[in-house]
Amino acid sequence: MKLTTTLMATSALIASSLAAGAEDMTLVSWGGAYQASQQKAYAEPYMAMHPDVNIIWDESSAEAVAKLRAMAEAGNTTWDVVDVVAADALRLCDEGLAMPIDPDTQLAPAPDGTPASEDFGDLLVSECFIPQIVYSTTFGYRTDMVGDKAPESVCAIFDTETWPGKRSLEKRPIGNMEWALICDGVADEDVYDVLATEEGQARAFAKLDTIKDNVIWWTAGADTPQLLADGEVVMGSTYNGRLFKLIVEDKQPVAMLWDAQMFDLDGWIIPANLSDERKARALDFVYFATDTQRLADQAKYISYGPARKSSAPLVGKHAELGIDMAPHMPTDPANAKHTFLFNYDFWADYRDDLDAKFQAWVSK
Amino acid sequence: MSDETNSGPVLTADGRSLKKSLQRALRREKLRALMLIAPLLLFVLVTFIAPIGDMLFRSVENRIVSETLPRTVIALQDWEYESGEAPGEAVFAALAEDLREAVKAKTHTRLGTRLNYELSGMSSLFRQVGRKLRRMDPDKPWREQFLKVNKKWGDPEVWGVIQTYSSPLTAGYFLNAVDLRLTPRGVEQRPENERVYIMLFKRTILLSGLITFMTFLLGYPIAYLLSNLRMKTANILMILVLLPFWTSLLVRTSAWKVLLQQQGVINDVLVWLGLIADDQRLELINNATGTVIAMTHILLPFMILPLYSVMKTIPPSYVRAAKSLGARPFTAFRRVYFPQSIPGIGAGAILVFILAIGYYITPALVGGRSGTFISNRIAYHISVSLNWGLGAALGALLLVLVLALYALYDKIVGIDNVKLG
Repeated sequence: MKLTTTLMATSALIASSLAAGAEDMTLVSWGGAYQASQQKAYAEPYMAMHPDVNIIWDESSAEAVAKLRAMAEAGNTTWDVVDVVAADALRLCDEGLAMPIDPDTQLAPAPDGTPASEDFGDLLVSECFIPQIVYSTTFGYRTDMVGDKAPESVCAIFDTETWPGKRSLEKRPIGNMEWALICDGVADEDVYDVLATEEGQARAFAKLDTIKDNVIWWTAGADTPQLLADGEVVMGSTYNGRLFKLIVEDKQPVAMLWDAQMFDLDGWIIPANLSDERKARALDFVYFATDTQRLADQAKYISYGPARKSSAPLVGKHAELGIDMAPHMPTDPANAKHTFLFNYDFWADYRDDLDAKFQAWVSK
Repeated sequence: MSDETNSGPVLTADGRSLKKSLQRALRREKLRALMLIAPLLLFVLVTFIAPIGDMLFRSVENRIVSETLPRTVIALQDWEYESGEAPGEAVFAALAEDLREAVKAKTHTRLGTRLNYELSGMSSLFRQVGRKLRRMDPDKPWREQFLKVNKKWGDPEVWGVIQTYSSPLTAGYFLNAVDLRLTPRGVEQRPENERVYIMLFKRTILLSGLITFMTFLLGYPIAYLLSNLRMKTANILMILVLLPFWTSLLVRTSAWKVLLQQQGVINDVLVWLGLIADDQRLELINNATGTVIAMTHILLPFMILPLYSVMKTIPPSYVRAAKSLGARPFTAFRRVYFPQSIPGIGAGAILVFILAIGYYITPALVGGRSGTFISNRIAYHISVSLNWGLGAALGALLLVLVLALYALYDKIVGIDNVKLG
């Protein structure tokens, strides 16, 4: 008995080290529940199909842009496929650090034959970006701290009279500036035009000034869920998947405020200048991992919407909790009555400028 | 010894001059010493000095413009920003030629990112023209075609920025780091609502000084106690001092969050004791107070350890002698004990202050608006905005600042007065 286990362990060790020696592929992601959903939906089935490929995970997506640049300068890129938000993909593409992709030849078509470029549609925001999920930055509020008036509009964050208490907002201009303008009476479609002017920026800061002393500024996605759970804030912004976990899995007295949720994208990029062999392997993985079924599968584990139109009808129930996932998706019609589309080109241009202004404003 | 008649140089047994032989032996000795430290020297050179040098060089390096647009830079030499108009066809033709090569090498977008640090909108300007370049007609005037893509190409501001930043070295990053900026009109102050770095430098020094003082206040009695207890008890207490030292920094910082937040332990106890009203809970975290409290705790061992090792060497008989000569306990402490412990204070203060000035994890987690440091901005520019030049300039300034303070300290206290044990 003991001998057999030892033998089995040894052979498993040898097998795995052989596999590791054969073909390692490093995937970079965000860690936590999100990476776990990718592991289950993409990596495990892929490894089952390709026993010769050994997938290694690296939880470095938050610093992916800086690290990829450093790797490229050192001439030794060790990553094969990297999960980044769309804005980072845009920058990596601009810097020549990510490989351009032709969706129609390098990505899977939908089951009915629709080419990938149509299936992804507008979500192909950069030629290097392979969209994976749609997520949103949106608000959650403590149901036991808002009295009998549940907030229905995003402008509740600026209404400290009706809903006193602290709010948590992300410590960066993106998102906050848009919400400030919307609540100052700017129409959604004019927000970026207004924000491009000095007066518009001053207007957004003036609106944010009204709640400056009532805000706890967060930097990590886990901050707001924790602050809500502790009752430190009455409402706060974070990624919708984090709030899903807080509400559905942790059963905290928190509810979603979907109004004016800020849609954003997350997806894969393949670093530039990989060897042909590694590039082929990375492309093969991405082809598999972003096909219609795989994207729909990921939604079983986390409440982020699949980036393909053809995946939407396939979204089913949560793998462990058995609840219907569709009503928790940011793209569900009931949640998406009033949404806001993140403007990548605007932020690529104004990010440095507005960030300097925002930091100066927030520090004073 | 009769054959020692000639008065030539003293020779050794093998017939060489003694002086030379001695020199050789000494040289060999020196070489051997150098060989012994060579691994460490090489290690420090390769892993520490070279990367820092490389990083510092980035704060002035600016070859990207002249390398990506070589023809345009030359053609622009005849253009003057003061003319108030965009340059003529020749410059546009040079730009088209440069861009064709840049688009092929995919470097035009990188240039756009670089110039966007100086003028918002450059990033999309270059990306856009890169996409449209293939469809432009080389036989028609370039100027018109560029203006058709985006009328901003007719704005002298755009050309002014390209011209200003066309030299391979620039002071632009350093100017940015002190809230100034380099424009086609010369150096000018940044607009009021963009000035942030000077304030952050001031805040970093001020709070680091406060943290150093707090660690001294808390650490001095502990070190005194430790050095005057029996060895056995002192060792147990020493473990208590070192214990937090062995705990992860993030764990300790998170623990402070639990304690200090408004619904946290400390506020709960104060409310329960009736010292504060429930709706008047103290704000102890997410501001400068939080940074000072958490960092004082984290850096305390760096003050206690040098103090302890110095106090250990102060013979207790001196204080006893002072007392027997009629000094009151306080006078004996002030005039006999304290002066002898100053080298320990010096070492502890330097350690804590220099560590504090470069800290960024703790201020980022508990600092909120008013408790973040300049290092948080450096980290931001290195890992998020990718403006490595500005990050390097801020880092270089921080380094100069530390060295200047060190020199000042040497002048006032004297670096010979610092003892780690």
